[in-house]
Amino acid sequence: MTARRALAIAGLVAVAMAFVWVIRTAPRWRSTTRAVVAPSPTAPAPPGRKIKARLFYISESGTKLTGIERDVAYAENAAEQAREIVAAQVDAVAEPLVSALPAGTTLRALFLTDNGQAFVDLSREVVVGHPGGTVSELLTVYTIVNVVTANLPAITSVQVLVDGKEVDTLAGHVDLRRPLAKNLAWVQ
Amino acid sequence: MNARSFPFLSALFSLALAISLLSQSAAPPSLTLLSRDGRRPLPIVMAGDQEFIGLDELAGVFQLAVHEESFGAITVSYKGKTIVLTPDQTLASVSGRLISLPAPPVRRGARWIVPLEFISRALAPIYDVRLDLRKPSHLLIVGDVHVPRITVRYDPLGAAGRLTIDATPRANSTVTQEGEHLTIKFDADALDVPNPPLPPPGSQSSPGLVQAVRVVDATTLAVDLGPRFAGFKSAAQPVDTTMRLVIDVVAAQTETTPAPQPAPAPDLPGAPAPSELPPALNPPSASIRTITVDPGHGGDDEGVKGAGGAKEKDLTLSVARRVKAVIEGRLGIRALLTRDDDRNVPIDERTAIANNNKADLFISVHLNASRRRSASGASIFCAAFDQAAHATAASSGAERLPTFGGGLRDIELVPWDLAQTRHIDQSTTFAAILEQQFRGHVPLADTPVDHAPLRVLESSNMPAVLIELGYLTNADQEKLITGDAFQNAFVQAIYDAVVRFRDALAEAATQ
Repeated sequence: MTARRALAIAGLVAVAMAFVWVIRTAPRWRSTTRAVVAPSPTAPAPPGRKIKARLFYISESGTKLTGIERDVAYAENAAEQAREIVAAQVDAVAEPLVSALPAGTTLRALFLTDNGQAFVDLSREVVVGHPGGTVSELLTVYTIVNVVTANLPAITSVQVLVDGKEVDTLAGHVDLRRPLAKNLAWVQ
Repeated sequence: MNARSFPFLSALFSLALAISLLSQSAAPPSLTLLSRDGRRPLPIVMAGDQEFIGLDELAGVFQLAVHEESFGAITVSYKGKTIVLTPDQTLASVSGRLISLPAPPVRRGARWIVPLEFISRALAPIYDVRLDLRKPSHLLIVGDVHVPRITVRYDPLGAAGRLTIDATPRANSTVTQEGEHLTIKFDADALDVPNPPLPPPGSQSSPGLVQAVRVVDATTLAVDLGPRFAGFKSAAQPVDTTMRLVIDVVAAQTETTPAPQPAPAPDLPGAPAPSELPPALNPPSASIRTITVDPGHGGDDEGVKGAGGAKEKDLTLSVARRVKAVIEGRLGIRALLTRDDDRNVPIDERTAIANNNKADLFISVHLNASRRRSASGASIFCAAFDQAAHATAASSGAERLPTFGGGLRDIELVPWDLAQTRHIDQSTTFAAILEQQFRGHVPLADTPVDHAPLRVLESSNMPAVLIELGYLTNADQEKLITGDAFQNAFVQAIYDAVVRFRDALAEAATQ
């Protein structure tokens, strides 16, 4: 009887350990199914090679975007190149340029789908530091959408994520539940 | 058991309802218990910043059995149902279900005291008569007693003014003029009303029109009228569970201050001249019966903050209230606000209010921001959809569903977040009319009308626009927008645009 009980306890412990192993390992399995490009690794490109990219900043009028050509590190695949471009876009700029992205906003991740959609995951500063206002929010959103779609024609739409999650809006106006297509009407 | 059979109350109170006001009689610290049999005060005990009440008091009033068990718990029983309280614990068991209290029970000498919320969260679920705790007014309503909560608001409208009196749950009322005051008699057992019902009018109010609103007796309010009062009109309408009484007070002509003039539109022959404006409370138009006005943001979502301290959420509410008052008062069209106080309303709820009330027009009011301080001017937005969204909406089609009484009916199905696709042309027409009415009266942005994927517009199942009054991030604009002159001009332009849009719809219908 005692031996059977010991056997039963040992069995339970083994099942529990297996369960814990599965729980701890499962997220890693999931993460490998997506082509997530984290911002930390550097692009596998020859050092120093650059491309010209069009970045967007707020126009003098304050109600539109204006495009500025900048050198951005070259990358050998579209996802890495998109990451380099967005990383350059979120970088702080000095006057007279004014960015529509709140200070402190960083790129957390960026990945592409086979049908030409990009998912751009920004840090929470893009929400927390946002001044609000419909036009201000539109300029923030279309800075990201246009900088990806205007520089990489294979990408036709962009969905903005914040802290890894889908969001309704950044500041209560612009619908971010769906990917948005390039819209150069916001560029003067 | 019902409220009429309360032995404790019938013995104590044989008179009908007391004639003094609840808020006056319930001088803190006491909780006023009100039932069909009368009212009685129950003492409130303060512990820290929490309001408590003695369990022995509740036991006496509600015939509860209270026992302190040997294992430390306190049991409160009523007709076989039990509440178990534990000292130092905010959780309590109510017939086996866990509830939480804002503070644990506290021993005071030989008695236990419990937070007031014990009544609503623990006692009410096991009691067989309705217990309605209204903590802000220190009121406990027992049984079927009709005690509407009353809120009073006064909005100056140029030389005139509007009193809006909400009774929740609904209570009908009659308004009569008796000498220098209006008497409002409610069909209720008593009123739950702040004291005074309306704070003294501030500088924004029309001087000499309405002096004060005061309580006369348990079911009557009085409006003290000023020397400039010349007449009034009243109308009541239900809004959800509220009965809203609107009293428009008119000033004597000789002392009127200039009212906002209707914005002329000489380039638009369809626009009515000021003299052609319909009088107040006309029968509603056949084409626009209900308008929803949506004051953007609210509560912890303050929206844009101006350098001078103005907050978008306050300005949008102020302007929306003015729009509502003018639309209702001068056109007789029902106007609903998606919020009428400082609270955060989810975007879908705002649209749902418009859709569920079958509004014919949706106007969302916002203020703009830009990181460039120079940005200025009002703009009007309509929704924007990509081709895929239009295709999805168009392909949704209809579904044939059975109806009550037999038979089938085609029900048109439109995805919630694409409802606006069917109205986008009319929304654009209304936006163009708004732009024309604003021009010359309200400073406009370089691109006054635009389309954008704005969440609050996409689900609106009626013509819908979002208006940005101007840029709060521009100091000059902030000063302008917070002023009465600008807001009056803006409201007048909206009014004129609604009239023109209504006429355009009617004309299109006849063709």
